[in-house]
Amino acid sequence: MTNQADKTQRIRASLARRYRAERRFRSYGLLAICFGLLCVGVLFVDIIGKGHGAFQQTYIQLDVTYDKQILGITDTGDAQQWALADFDGIIKQALYQRFPAVSGRTDKRTLTRLTSSAAPYLVQNRLQGQPHLLDSTETLWLLADDDIDTYYKSLDDAAGPFIGRVDQRQRLWIDDLQSSKQIKLKWNTQFFVNGDSREPEQAGIGGAVVGSLLTLVVTLLLSLPVGVAAAVYLEEFAPRNRWTDFIEVNINNLAAVPSIIFGLLGLAIFINFFGVPRSVPLVGGLVLSLMTLPTIIITSRAAIKAVPPSIRQAAIGMGASPMQVTMHHVLPLAMPGMLTGGIIGMAQALGETAPLLMIGMVAFIADVPGGFTDPATVLPVQIFLWADSPERAFIEKTSAAIMVLLAFLIVMNSAAVWLRKRLERRW
Amino acid sequence: MVISEQIIAGQPQTTVGLPFVDDPKISVRMGNIFYGDKQAISDVSIDVGKNQVVAMIGPSGCGKSTFLRALNRMNDTIDGCRTSGDYLLEGEDIYRGKMDVVALRARVGMVFQKPNPFPKTIYDNVAYGPKIHGLAERRVEMEEIVETSLRKAGLWDEVKDRLHQPGTGLSGGQQQRLCIARAIAVSPEVILMDEPCSALDPIATARIEELIAELSENYTIVIVTHSMQQAARVSRRTAYFHLGQLIEVNDTQTIFTAPEHELTEAYITGRFG
Repeated sequence: MTNQADKTQRIRASLARRYRAERRFRSYGLLAICFGLLCVGVLFVDIIGKGHGAFQQTYIQLDVTYDKQILGITDTGDAQQWALADFDGIIKQALYQRFPAVSGRTDKRTLTRLTSSAAPYLVQNRLQGQPHLLDSTETLWLLADDDIDTYYKSLDDAAGPFIGRVDQRQRLWIDDLQSSKQIKLKWNTQFFVNGDSREPEQAGIGGAVVGSLLTLVVTLLLSLPVGVAAAVYLEEFAPRNRWTDFIEVNINNLAAVPSIIFGLLGLAIFINFFGVPRSVPLVGGLVLSLMTLPTIIITSRAAIKAVPPSIRQAAIGMGASPMQVTMHHVLPLAMPGMLTGGIIGMAQALGETAPLLMIGMVAFIADVPGGFTDPATVLPVQIFLWADSPERAFIEKTSAAIMVLLAFLIVMNSAAVWLRKRLERRW
Repeated sequence: MVISEQIIAGQPQTTVGLPFVDDPKISVRMGNIFYGDKQAISDVSIDVGKNQVVAMIGPSGCGKSTFLRALNRMNDTIDGCRTSGDYLLEGEDIYRGKMDVVALRARVGMVFQKPNPFPKTIYDNVAYGPKIHGLAERRVEMEEIVETSLRKAGLWDEVKDRLHQPGTGLSGGQQQRLCIARAIAVSPEVILMDEPCSALDPIATARIEELIAELSENYTIVIVTHSMQQAARVSRRTAYFHLGQLIEVNDTQTIFTAPEHELTEAYITGRFG
């Protein structure tokens, strides 16, 4: 009897200690998750805080006269006249008219630096599209220079506006424009459409996004079929011997190789030996598909292994040949898993920078690439290049480009998760 | 020494009863099956007559499923499984002869313990066999085959309005009948059934047993069963296996009323299971 009471007492005494340990253990887990979320939160707040400004660009409103004499265009059909036309002149004219008090060569030069060096081209495009506007006056919103843009966006900053290279007279003019509501922020379509540029106000991720897209298409077309075929062969048809074990070990190792090695491999084999042109989406895709192949093979094998043996047995019992069992039963059932693995592989490839640096996609490419053999760059490399640039306006552009890249990655990974949930089958 | 220990001690037993028939459909002589070093079936010789139902009974692990699978070479899919002996289907050796294994499985169909319809529509499930073996050239022919098979399996009335719904949406008993329909769609000569009712409730079981009785008019059936009562109900001849050896084969009536071997008697009276 005493033994029983004694035992119960001991158990009760240890209970408090055990529950305390239980709660401690759970709180460790909770702390770990909170820490992770905190880091992610800080990352997002920092990037969005720095980058959201890049989605808007400063424009100055001016009355522009398409003065035939300044432009030197008498015949709108003459291509040479268009090529030699002085659009910069009509913008200067508009600025002098807006600020008639400005005199002296230096002051006037300072005045003309309010607008971007790209503004004349934008005005030229407009007139070429509507040549009947020649000799008339229009109120246009012209792109401001990047120094003005940075200053204007930082006017409400807590630490005070960022002055940079904006001198006192320009600040007074900007004040004047502000009071007459002729300077404002507009949606920055250039950011999404243009290629890279030395001028921050004109720089855009359009070229990098198209380059990324073309590279990913090449990667997908090469790695998915080859990876799936290799996985099917290794899983279904290959004999189990030392060779196949060796191959399996190697595939698993390749999945862990640092990605820059693949860049070196691409440089040595594709560019030096096969002579594929440098810095094009084709060679970028080749290198990235080498890198993604082990991942796709491993996930595809797992998907094939997950097909229940009862389905295979039923098919074999019906007299299906091994190829028919694979094509009619195993592959359709393993396809969702393979697709998920493919999407995740592509998301990884999208964010790769190091191997592409090795094969030359680090050049300054101003044009949006048109095909697989046009020089191109990819989004992560573009971010890398902009992070190096001295102009302050590139800081927000870099952060905005990071936001776009993160958005793509989140969308792709969410698509993979959704697809996996949706196509989950209950046997 | 207890009777069952006689075999554990390694003494081979000769088969008693009437293992052989005239003009058999399937004929096995000195069949041995090994999983690696472990011997699962030792020196089994038995005949299965045409359009007969033969039940194979015995305690768990006695090798009856292994032996059943050897009859349509399903053991080929298992790594390390070796088969020796003569297995003849209508006089042709199915292992060493020129018979193609894929064609063999169209002649000897199989129904498994757990119903395993393909994750396709009911129609596609039944049509799969004829499709891959090229038994139907036109859509009309295929539809006929599907309907006939489903009728023979006693499933037509229940599914005729939902042929294009997934086969996995049926109840357990219906799924098993679907698997039977699938097996008979290729007009096999023999149907092998590996404990087809063990995963089903009694009512579904009764329906399948009725089905077996009907099917036996046109097909040769070999059924492995854990239930002696089921063997008594459906089969004409029964074979009793014990630890990989064939102990006795006889008419079902004889086995259950007057077994010749003491091991058979011990099993059917329930002295061991």
